[in-house]
Amino acid sequence: MGHDAPAGDLRLANLTKRFGVFTAVDDLSLTIPQGSFFALLGASGCGKTTTLRMIAGLEEPTSGQVLLGDRDIARLRPYKRPVNTVFQSYALFPHLDIFENVAFGLRRRGIRSVGDQVERMLSLVQLDGYGRRRPAQLSGGQQQRVALARALINHPKVLLLDEPLGALDLKLRRQMQIELKRIQTEVGITFVHVTHDQEEAMTMADTVAVMNAGRIEQLGAPADMYEFPATAFVANFLGQSNLLAAEAAGAGGGEVAVSAHGGRFSVPAGRARADRGPVYLGVRPEKLHLVGSADQVPAGHQHVTGVVTDASYVGVSTQYLLRTGWGSELTVFVANSGAYGRLPVGTQAVAHWDPRHAFLLHREPGEHDRTTPVLDEPVGASS
Amino acid sequence: MTRISRWLADRWVMGVALLVLGYLFLPIAVVAGLSFNRPSSRLSYDFNEFTLDNWRQPCATSDMCEAVVRSVQIGFIATVAATVLGTLMAFALVRHRFRGRSGVNVLIFLPMATPELVMGTSLLALFVSGGVQLGFWTIVIAHVMFCVSFVVVTVKARLAGMDRRLEEAAMDLYANEWQTFRRITLPLVLPGIVAAALLAFSLSFDDFIITNFNSGTTVTFPMYVWGAAQRGIPPQVNVIGTAMFVIALLLVLASSLPGRRAKRPS
Amino acid sequence: MSVLAHVPTGSGQSAPLPAARSGRYRLLPYLLLLPGAAWLFLFFAVPLFQLAAASLYDPSGSLSTGYALTWAFGNYPEALQAYWPQFTRSFLYAGIALVLALLMGYPLAYAIAQKAGRWKNLLLVCVIAPMFTSFLVRTLAWKTILSDNGALVGLLRDVHLLGADGRLLATPVAVVLGLTYNFLPFLVLPLYASLERLDHRLLEAASDLYASPVRAFRKVTLPLSMPGLVAGTLLFFIPASGDYINAELLGTPNEYMIGNVIDSAFLVRLDYPQGAALSFLLMAAILAVVFVYLRRAGTDEVL
Repeated sequence: MGHDAPAGDLRLANLTKRFGVFTAVDDLSLTIPQGSFFALLGASGCGKTTTLRMIAGLEEPTSGQVLLGDRDIARLRPYKRPVNTVFQSYALFPHLDIFENVAFGLRRRGIRSVGDQVERMLSLVQLDGYGRRRPAQLSGGQQQRVALARALINHPKVLLLDEPLGALDLKLRRQMQIELKRIQTEVGITFVHVTHDQEEAMTMADTVAVMNAGRIEQLGAPADMYEFPATAFVANFLGQSNLLAAEAAGAGGGEVAVSAHGGRFSVPAGRARADRGPVYLGVRPEKLHLVGSADQVPAGHQHVTGVVTDASYVGVSTQYLLRTGWGSELTVFVANSGAYGRLPVGTQAVAHWDPRHAFLLHREPGEHDRTTPVLDEPVGASS
Repeated sequence: MTRISRWLADRWVMGVALLVLGYLFLPIAVVAGLSFNRPSSRLSYDFNEFTLDNWRQPCATSDMCEAVVRSVQIGFIATVAATVLGTLMAFALVRHRFRGRSGVNVLIFLPMATPELVMGTSLLALFVSGGVQLGFWTIVIAHVMFCVSFVVVTVKARLAGMDRRLEEAAMDLYANEWQTFRRITLPLVLPGIVAAALLAFSLSFDDFIITNFNSGTTVTFPMYVWGAAQRGIPPQVNVIGTAMFVIALLLVLASSLPGRRAKRPS
Repeated sequence: MSVLAHVPTGSGQSAPLPAARSGRYRLLPYLLLLPGAAWLFLFFAVPLFQLAAASLYDPSGSLSTGYALTWAFGNYPEALQAYWPQFTRSFLYAGIALVLALLMGYPLAYAIAQKAGRWKNLLLVCVIAPMFTSFLVRTLAWKTILSDNGALVGLLRDVHLLGADGRLLATPVAVVLGLTYNFLPFLVLPLYASLERLDHRLLEAASDLYASPVRAFRKVTLPLSMPGLVAGTLLFFIPASGDYINAELLGTPNEYMIGNVIDSAFLVRLDYPQGAALSFLLMAAILAVVFVYLRRAGTDEVL
């Protein structure tokens, strides 16, 4: 049943899936180390679910390989793979009770006495005593845990999770995020988690891959990616960024000097993805600070001047919009630590930042500032 | 004043609905009543005198009971055949893409939109020109034909409403194609298939027009009633009518019971 | 996955199949369809051609001497001329019955779909339940209800809606009433299905936007129930216009519809060419009515 296959990493090699003329997954290659918690993050239609379905065997790749250890499983039927899936909205069998749902995989593999294993699994997901109920009698969170138990009981080499928390409300989702992480640590199975929720991906995964249009934009540890995104897409998909269109004049003395909208700025050379020609000068909203006038800017900080056009009080912070002289609106998050008074709309203000918190990204010539959040994607890395 | 008119505005639809339901049930009540009647003459349709004789001896007129048995036999065979054929077709239509799909859909839809009279006469024309002896099996052939479409439609609706991910989940959990069908697909589609079979049986059992053209000298229950209507109806016909109603009602109620239990929250 | 949600249905409709296996699976749908489709073809489609051929047989033949296909198109005008009154009567009776059924069926379907609450399923069973009793037995029950000695006729005579020797049985009224009764459930069920999907909040929104109940019905409920209304009227009208049981059991030869004529042409007079020609005329007439109706119902001007 595949359990004797050599243990090891999950590798996708030049994986491509086309539906007619539409390329859902485009020459994707990546390695997911054994035992890691890996998240595929992207917006709707970016190809993340198709990638997952190819790993599960529910979709056949147009070309490329899915390697588990050194064995290519890309063309095996789903029931021949040591891979199990937690489906979006769970796909629990409505005509079977919870016990039989969880026991399903064991029974199909011809295992006779399943009782102990099922009970143990139910208690791992804290559903002791629920065995005789039907899926429809459980809450969303409980159904989610049944789906998890049903997959985990088979001790797969890889567990796939397709938007597993999408149907839960916010509070329950937080709880389940922590629980999933606990369970993953406990069982030590490789988890591949597909989600469009960047916060969920960052909370749980060791490694996050941001997908866009069938390709991986960036892959890495969540904190590294957040602090130093590789592309403008990632900068605005993982959290929010103020990206100013700038021109870089090349590196020198450990920094890159850039000019943007008549101002001169600099960024440490180690935080520049590009050092010549059109670039984006990026700063995260929470790395910007607001003061009343330029003489209050601390030494070594760089700044731009503007007028406050909006101030939204959101509890832990106040989110300001600052209209610059050239018309762009910068987003600034000021923590409600009590250290600052609130700036009313219409006041003149100066936003300043430590150059070590800024970054430079490649920019296509002709692209303008990107400072307003992407409206249809979840925003809220500030909290 | 306004309260009364508001109350009326809210309830009049329900009132009309109950009246219409009364209209629908009036003949059933009459049939049930007449099943306890001792008619004054063979051709009388009026209530005369209460008796339990009809229920004690439903087969007093033996040819009627033979006709009922024959109808049940025909209904059973036609139901099994139509359910199998129709279910296979429903699976093909919902689960597969293939050339000629729209042609097949037309072939399934047309029998439901064609007057029974036309289907009956055209089959008769076929059987006569083919020199086929009319009787039990020509009735079965005809019944399977007009039941298949209803089976396809009923099973298709159930299949189309089924979440494909359940089958994917089964395959993901080590069930091969056959096990997936046996353990997941079939149990989930079964209520649709059972409903289709019940529908097919009731269509077959009750069919008169198509049977009338293709029965030769074979007499089914509706054929018997038709013939008896000219000569005088034995009151036992009402016993059969009432019994059919009660049995069908019990079946419907029984099939809805487990559904209600599953829906009740814990 | 807005894009992907549509795309995979193209290739992924059936379970994803590895290339090596797909040859076997490509034949599967045809194997599944074959028995049923063959049955329908042999015993539904072929007979229609046979009937068409029979309608063009030489009318001077007979069952015993055999028929010759002489392309006798004259059978059609002849049949039409001879049975013109029965034809018009069929559509007239079915039409009146349809109007009556709509007046009764719409409130019933609406009440079950929108007002019944937890009684919904029970009321739905009540609509279907009468069909459990044999069609013929129910029709015969109307004979009792409408009988000259019955309570209904007595009441109508007492209030002078009927004359002292007025009757219901063996009149057009009885036949239309029977047709209305027998096919009412076919009208109610599709109508219920589309009214059940009607979101009650739409009516609240309409009344919030200053629509009177009548206007809200005309502008919201009625248009949204159109699919069910169209399906229901067709399911009612097609069998009703082809029916001959009600005319036979509840009427007299003066109320005979085209079905009675076709029945006797095939089973009594054994005049197959004429019976076949009449069957085809009936089907053509129904198709014409349905076609005109669908075209008009398809446009918003009807409303």
